Amino acid sequence: MNAPAASPYTLPATETSAMRHIVSILLENEPGALSRVAGLFSARGYNIESLTVAPTEDGSLSRMTIVTTGSDDVIEQITKQLNKLIEVVKVVDLSEAPHIERELMLIKVRATGKDREEMKRMADIFRGRILDVTETTYTIELTGTGSKLDAFIEALDKAAILETVRTGASGIARGERVLRV
Amino acid sequence: MDSGTNVISVTNGTKLVAPELSGAEIVIRCLEAEGVEYVFGYPGGAVLFIYDELFKQDKVKHVLVRHEQGAAHAADAYSRASDKIGVCLVTSGPGVTNAVTGIATAYMDSIPMVVITGQVPTHAIGQDAFQEVDAVGVTRPCVKHNFLVKNVRDIAPTIKKAFHIARTGRPGPVVVDIPKDVTAARCRFEYPESVVMRSYNPTVKGHPGQIKKAAQLLLDAKRPMVYTGGGVILSDAAAQLKKLVKLLGVPCTNTLMGLGGYPATDPQFLGMLGMHGTYEANMAMQHCDVLLAIGARFDDRVIGNPAHFGSVPRKIIHVDIDPSSISKRVKVDVPIVGNVREVLDELLKLLDGQTGKLDQKALKAWWAQIDLWRAKDCLRYDRTTAIIKPQLVIEKLYEVTGGDAFVTSDVGQHQMWAAQFYKFDKPRRWINSGGLGTMGFGLPAAMGVQFANPGATVACVTGEASFMMCMQELSTCKQYRLPIKVVNLNNRYMGMVRQWQQFFHGNRYSQSYMDALPDFVKLAESFGHIGVRVEKPADVEPALREAFKRKQDLVFLDFLTDQAENVYPMVPGGKGISEMILAEDL
Repeated sequence: MNAPAASPYTLPATETSAMRHIVSILLENEPGALSRVAGLFSARGYNIESLTVAPTEDGSLSRMTIVTTGSDDVIEQITKQLNKLIEVVKVVDLSEAPHIERELMLIKVRATGKDREEMKRMADIFRGRILDVTETTYTIELTGTGSKLDAFIEALDKAAILETVRTGASGIARGERVLRV
Repeated sequence: MDSGTNVISVTNGTKLVAPELSGAEIVIRCLEAEGVEYVFGYPGGAVLFIYDELFKQDKVKHVLVRHEQGAAHAADAYSRASDKIGVCLVTSGPGVTNAVTGIATAYMDSIPMVVITGQVPTHAIGQDAFQEVDAVGVTRPCVKHNFLVKNVRDIAPTIKKAFHIARTGRPGPVVVDIPKDVTAARCRFEYPESVVMRSYNPTVKGHPGQIKKAAQLLLDAKRPMVYTGGGVILSDAAAQLKKLVKLLGVPCTNTLMGLGGYPATDPQFLGMLGMHGTYEANMAMQHCDVLLAIGARFDDRVIGNPAHFGSVPRKIIHVDIDPSSISKRVKVDVPIVGNVREVLDELLKLLDGQTGKLDQKALKAWWAQIDLWRAKDCLRYDRTTAIIKPQLVIEKLYEVTGGDAFVTSDVGQHQMWAAQFYKFDKPRRWINSGGLGTMGFGLPAAMGVQFANPGATVACVTGEASFMMCMQELSTCKQYRLPIKVVNLNNRYMGMVRQWQQFFHGNRYSQSYMDALPDFVKLAESFGHIGVRVEKPADVEPALREAFKRKQDLVFLDFLTDQAENVYPMVPGGKGISEMILAEDL
């Protein structure tokens, strides 16, 4: 009994295109809270580019950062739906104001012969730190904005990259704006 | 109940306390503290301790259904037809999964309900135990909230929270999953007097500035319209709504979920709107210049094509308790987040004595236009046929019951005709699954309604396809002597599916004809009820009168209706609400 209609989330076509938003959420540190948020996004077809979560200095609260893309209307819906979740205490769209974003990457690269010097220089240029050394590999830690991490990967020879692991972006507002209970 | 050492003080307002009780006893005490009279459920291994405690007392009464889906629907309808909260108790595993349809039904219509589910013992969770299912995971997308209680000391505060969450803000079903060993463990019992949740504080009062803006828009309007939905019923705001509509002299329409929120027999009521709404309601909705939306969510069945709906320049005021419903499908100009009844009270205060400012000339012209639309008589049908028209059955049902019955419904064409032809003047009389559209809802819902309103007249309007989905509940009706009147509009087709296949799929009736239907009269009799078959239009009214005279018996009335009849008007999928198909040949 289904009508072949457009998705209910199709609002009248406006000019706003999809933009990247970084949403910060304070939620109760209870089992299943992460599942609820992830479930909300997948059930309603919202996009999760990255997600990171950890307890705050208040052990009863967790802070989650989600990077998502969508039009203004979709982001508005996402924020409202997140607020509806019982465990969610507060939601902030950091993209609305000046903010700082940082992400951590651990990257294992092949570094043999002549390339070892070049690889170390690359790490220095990007202010990365070499945490592990073997005869053939370096493991480098790099922090920065997502685009800086992307740039490092771009700068390297594809064949040199053995493994990468990224945390996803964390964000915090600039100035005196604070996300607390 | 048990030994004299467990002293329980149950006095109004003060704490409920006992030195040591088992988890199962605590569950029952909590339900008692919440004023729960009936629990609809079905026993099983994981809930045996709870059932044992149920047996030992008589304050909380249990209604044994024949399928957990029936328990969920009955608890849901119990809430819909009263100001209480329905409670459902099912066992783990298949008990939970059977109840999921009923829980999702309540979720889609925002009905307050508490569902207690058994779970395998805590040490067995995650080990693929017998009758284990991740109840919290399975119900997560279709509940307002759910809990897994891992410690017996958490039972009382969790149940307190569950009822609080279910009934406040935008209501919804809450599941409390309790492992078997937790129901056997013992601890001191104290029922919390209040619950405070820092992460959950729904807005109740509307913003005064917004309400002022709304009042001004309404006073300046030339073609105003009031569109209300289930939110008016859930908030018990029917009196305020009537006052407002009468004060302003404006037309009013209800959604399927809002029927009864405004008296249908009042001349200012335009009928239901939407996919199968009346011509005048849809046209007025499309052509008004100021729209006051109250407790309704601009659902796709109501507004049709959103682009078409949004193409008309009108100012929209939207009153809703859920901020996420506002500007979700349609951009609004004056959003007001708050409890509908409270907001209407404030709005009435502002408008009191201001009605001199209304443009009476414009209003008169608006009503003249609406009367032209009404003249289409869009619900007319052929009354001269030798075969029973389903609309006739509903009209006669309305007459015979004096328009005052509780009417539950299943899903499909019969549901639309019941909504169109039974004029509900009071809220909480029309009980149907609008959001999820669950076939099988009608009979178990009628059970819940009857328990909530003992002695009241309860009719279940159904179709033969829908009825068979939960027909086992005929046995429950017999056990508890529920004198429900089942009005079966039997057209030997899944009517609504067939209608769509006729209009949009070139008359290819794929799997919508049911072969091998039972003899419903014999079926009803086999369960110990009365069955009546009606085949001629002249027999419809007498059969109904006879049936409703019987105050002690369930009567199944099997009306053989016209197979070719379609529901009109119809807004085809993807079209705007003013692009309705009307009954062709009359």
